[in-house]
Amino acid sequence: MKQFLYFIRKEFYHLLRDRRTLFILFGMPITQILIFGFALTNEVKNSAIAILDNSKDEATAAIIHQLEASQYFDLLLNINSNAELESTFQQGKIRMAVVFPEQFQRSLLHNNLAQVQLIADATDPNVANTLTTYATSIIMDYQQSLSNGIPIPLMVNTEMRMLYNPQMKGSYNFVPGVMAMVLMLVGAMMTSISIVREKELGTMEVILVSPIVPMRIIIAKMIPYLILSMVNIASILLLSVYALDVPIRGSLVLLVAECFLFTLTALALGLLISSVSGSQQVAMLISLMGLFLPTIMFSGFMFPVENMPIPLQVLSNLVPAKWFYYIVKDVMIKGTGLKTVWMETLILAGMLVVLLTVSIRKFKVRLE
Amino acid sequence: MEYAVRAEGIYKSFHTGSVQLEALKNISLSVQRGELFGLIGPDGAGKTTLFRIFTTLMLATKGNAWVDGLEVIGDYEEIRKRVGYMPGKFSLYQDLTVEENLSFFATLFDTSLEENYDLVKDIYRQIEPFKHRRAGALSGGMKQKLALSCALIHKPSVLFLDEPTTGVDAVSRKEFWELLRNLQQQQITIVVSTPYMDEASMCDRVALMQEGRIMEIDSPDEITKKFEKPLWAAKAKNMYQLMSTLRSNDGVATCYPFGQFHHITLKENIEIETLRKSLGGGEHLDLTVQQIEPTIEDRFMELMNQ
Amino acid sequence: MSSQPSISVSKLTKRFGDFTAVDEITFDVHQGEIFGFLGANGAGKTTAMRMLCGLSLPTSGTATVAGFDLSSEPEQIKKSIGYMSQKFSLYEDLTIRENSRFYGGIYGLKDQQILQRTQEMLDHLKLESQADTLVKSLPLGWKQKLSFAVALMHDPKIVFLDEPTGGVDPVTRREFWTMIYAAADRGTTVFVTTHYMDEAEYCDRVSIMVDGKVQALDTPSALSKQFGTKGMTEVFIQLARKATRSDN
Repeated sequence: MKQFLYFIRKEFYHLLRDRRTLFILFGMPITQILIFGFALTNEVKNSAIAILDNSKDEATAAIIHQLEASQYFDLLLNINSNAELESTFQQGKIRMAVVFPEQFQRSLLHNNLAQVQLIADATDPNVANTLTTYATSIIMDYQQSLSNGIPIPLMVNTEMRMLYNPQMKGSYNFVPGVMAMVLMLVGAMMTSISIVREKELGTMEVILVSPIVPMRIIIAKMIPYLILSMVNIASILLLSVYALDVPIRGSLVLLVAECFLFTLTALALGLLISSVSGSQQVAMLISLMGLFLPTIMFSGFMFPVENMPIPLQVLSNLVPAKWFYYIVKDVMIKGTGLKTVWMETLILAGMLVVLLTVSIRKFKVRLE
Repeated sequence: MEYAVRAEGIYKSFHTGSVQLEALKNISLSVQRGELFGLIGPDGAGKTTLFRIFTTLMLATKGNAWVDGLEVIGDYEEIRKRVGYMPGKFSLYQDLTVEENLSFFATLFDTSLEENYDLVKDIYRQIEPFKHRRAGALSGGMKQKLALSCALIHKPSVLFLDEPTTGVDAVSRKEFWELLRNLQQQQITIVVSTPYMDEASMCDRVALMQEGRIMEIDSPDEITKKFEKPLWAAKAKNMYQLMSTLRSNDGVATCYPFGQFHHITLKENIEIETLRKSLGGGEHLDLTVQQIEPTIEDRFMELMNQ
Repeated sequence: MSSQPSISVSKLTKRFGDFTAVDEITFDVHQGEIFGFLGANGAGKTTAMRMLCGLSLPTSGTATVAGFDLSSEPEQIKKSIGYMSQKFSLYEDLTIRENSRFYGGIYGLKDQQILQRTQEMLDHLKLESQADTLVKSLPLGWKQKLSFAVALMHDPKIVFLDEPTGGVDPVTRREFWTMIYAAADRGTTVFVTTHYMDEAEYCDRVSIMVDGKVQALDTPSALSKQFGTKGMTEVFIQLARKATRSDN
């Protein structure tokens, strides 16, 4: 028995003296609980919506007022035409639009029936569902308030239209997310591990003491993973299109180019991680905790970013995957072109330049 | 004449957390062209650190070094083209074959096996039958030979070998040193480090290192001549008993086991006859005491104790 | 001194697939003997030693270690032996005292005994002032000596040493061997492997393994006479040169 206890005691010594592991074991769960608890939520709040009010009467005003007052919606825009509606959706400024037809109030009072159209951006079907449900319930409340005391109930019919993803397929949302995850994992983690492994084995020493220019070492390390990533993208796209029926509505060339850009960013991150990691284990931990997890949490494909507290929203801008996810969704599902995503592309390219510069500078030409 | 390798006043400290380790203290040495130079010392002496400074992999905290006339800080790129390096643990790609390893290292230096075959053929011929075997599956002696070939393949002017014989059995060690002597004929300067004192005698000159300092530099013969006192070797049937007696004897300065004999030095003004008399009581069967020539190891230990 | 051998090995064999690492070795080791177990890399000595320590089961053959049978009583054997190797000695991130307490506890020593033995060890090695320093701050030579002392703490009948003096400076190496002599003098059997041929001379008897078999076993001086050489180095080289295994 004592033997057993002594062994346990020794294990505690090892644990308590390894600062780095301690930080991960205690720091991580606390951070994660806080983030998951406060920031990541499937609940949708303060979503930007647009109103196209073709009627502009008391009834519509009342409904609009209710919508505005609700914590779920932020009334963003008053739109004046269908064309404007289309472009607003394409630009990703809103997740849902409420469209009132002409003569709304009159239809309601005279025919006991009026229509409201709810148009939602269904590239994220869960969010779309939630928003339309909220809106419908608010409209029902209004309907209820009007019907109080009146024998024949009034009906407001909500018609729902799901843009881009009429069948509300989860895969439309997941495929871009998976692409981001895979590219980040393969690009960053594998590159960093490959470089650190040479350090661990001792072969890096021999390579450094040779005429080969360090830049070439870096490029040679990255190229296999670049090619592998492109192959992965090809297989993901093929499977998505043929097995999951996910469309590629925009330009395939643009899509592949954006993937290439993002992959290079992931590779640069991998290089950076390798410069600060002493062992493969550390490289893997940093890749997973520092890259992979934020990619999942902050890219927006599982948890809508606009629902997070402002500080986290700001933080999410630093995650390259967020921009990539947005671009892919737009190009693949919405079918937009460079004109719409140019800003995001520029941001991603900017990140790439910064990361490459920093990581190349940090690449150690010597052993310490 | 330009030296092949030179160090002047090298200091190197490492900081790990709050602890500061002084790995090298005031190291100065010079190696002639074509010399077979040995750094002799145990683990912790600083040999690997010194090698890394020479091969431009680390910067000294203080002092400077030159390889092939080029300075290690500013001219590191040029040095890296001319130097061959074999770090400890062989550092080969375990999952590549013998042939693949060799071609990789050759192309790193913009050359090929065919171009420099003459240079490595003595060594390569011994591993050639295994050229399709993965490096990880080779025996220790074979790995050593492969690593040496990879370090030589580009015809370096200076070859740095860091503990190439550690962990390898006595037969392979002997063969390896024979290979090195042959290489010398190709006008390659070779700097080798080893913890095995008996290998020092295979070098032209050696530096005895201990805890970051050089205790002595000279040819092996000169070093043994510097041994300060006469050295005696004693042997008896029960060596442990003999050692206890000798160590408690007033006239004995040092007594160390050395294989079949105990090596003894006497204190000032003590004669060997005095010792012989005090041992002659008969408790030590088959006792012999004779004077011997000191070895490098004797001298190393003498220097350590100073 | 009892005449019962400390270790008795009979046709001990270990096979991995169709590769025979250890091929029917047979020998005895006497109590209080310093027994040198030599062989080239790949000759099978590490495998043989692991079997004797109870770390790996033999494919065939029998052995008794400290009076217990290898195949049926390995746990009893482990209680009676000590082990130390070059690669692993003490835990670097624990202090000397913590290491000592741990190993003492593992071997079932009582608290009082552990305290006493630890104190003796520290006094003997003059490391009292470093008792609460982390092992990683100690020079290599001290680590090895400490490691040996800890291996002896529970008074094992036999201690197995696997290349204990690799890379250590010459003075410490000899201090280490003085500790070995003292232990053997107290009756502990010492089973040691080494690459240093001069250390082979310190042993009472030496065995040399080649290609899985024991090709020589005798006192160092008898072996030198038998092979007509000046010392163990040449004996070893003569035998190891005949090996077929390392270059296959």
